[in-house]
Amino acid sequence: MLKSKSRWQALGFVAGLLALYWFLQPFVDLILSLFPLENGSRLADAVRFFVFEAPKVLLLLAIVVFVVGIVRSYFSPERTRRLLANRSSLVGNFMGSTLGIVTPFCSCSAVPLFIGFVEAGVPLGATFSFLIAAPMINEVAAVLLLGLFGWETTLLYISTGLSIAILAGFIIGKLRLERYVEEWVYSAKGPVSVPESRMDFDGRIHYAFVAVRDIVGKVWPYVVAGIAVGAGIHGYVPGDFMSGIMGKSAWWAVPVSVVIGVPLYSNAAGIIPIMQALLEKGVSLGTALAFMMSVIGLSFPETIILRKVLKLRLIAVFVGVVAAGIMTVGYLFNFIY
Amino acid sequence: MIIKVLGSGCPNCKTLERRAMQAVEELNVRAEIAEVRDFKEIASYGVMHTPGLVINEKVVSAGHVPKVEEIKSLIMQNMETA
Repeated sequence: MLKSKSRWQALGFVAGLLALYWFLQPFVDLILSLFPLENGSRLADAVRFFVFEAPKVLLLLAIVVFVVGIVRSYFSPERTRRLLANRSSLVGNFMGSTLGIVTPFCSCSAVPLFIGFVEAGVPLGATFSFLIAAPMINEVAAVLLLGLFGWETTLLYISTGLSIAILAGFIIGKLRLERYVEEWVYSAKGPVSVPESRMDFDGRIHYAFVAVRDIVGKVWPYVVAGIAVGAGIHGYVPGDFMSGIMGKSAWWAVPVSVVIGVPLYSNAAGIIPIMQALLEKGVSLGTALAFMMSVIGLSFPETIILRKVLKLRLIAVFVGVVAAGIMTVGYLFNFIY
Repeated sequence: MIIKVLGSGCPNCKTLERRAMQAVEELNVRAEIAEVRDFKEIASYGVMHTPGLVINEKVVSAGHVPKVEEIKSLIMQNMETA
């Protein structure tokens, strides 16, 4: 069973965070009772929201990033590429999207990854399914949704994100757009074998700790800032304030959210706490989801980088298909809820 | 000896470059460190996940930033092939 020291450390780490999470509410209540805050006042509402939500989300984040880190250590772009090579359409799209969630990915290596996939015979459609799912379904967003909205919304987010990636990749595959990939990509030939590091379980634990340090270290200011703004909205903006502007009845709210969301480059960490506060004030769920997905799933810098390997036409199709998918999700949820 | 750092200028690539310099300095070997930003060239090494580290035209690591000690031993291992 668990023999080595690092395994106990890992277990202790997760258990400790869970315990902290468990005792957070009474602890925060105790702290707050020490301050002379008038119950029910706007300030009290905002402060309570912030003091409770910020540590809660950060704790959840550390736990989930750690677990996802362990899972990711089993996947590498090389392995994913082997799994995807020469897959038939639909199976390839499905696998590409799911592998997009678990394969370590950074949008800064989207281009070398694209070239590597194409060279190894991964169909264009499956490659796009991967490239759409990888940024759109991310663990930070999932954690925030889980912490602030509950598991139903989280599941909705993951399943609709997957559906968009599968369908968009399928459509791009069917359109036979290979000729809109820059020619040199197909002629680029390289030694396709890169040393794959074998990892033992201790190595995976180490990898997961590094992921926690890197990711939580990077996003915590955004989380805190986002929750602070969210707390302000929570306390000070009157209820239903937004329902006229971005509520269900406004049919144009979904496309407008997407149009605003695409060029906005932010990470999920900053955007979701604000989104939660807006939802409370009457913005409808579909509109909010569409906004979030377009901010994190379609990013302007990534599209510009992809221009190095894709011709404008293909980029336009890519952005168009994904944006259409996001809007469909937006309307669907506005319709259901 | 030629050491190349493959990467598009992301923060991790910068870290790798710094560590490679430190490793070379600590080992006191003669080496030239070059940064490769061109995607065509990165692709020609078969690297999909930046940053990549290349010693004497051989890819020795990709997708993560090795520690200085690891880079040192990678340099030692790949020295003779020059």
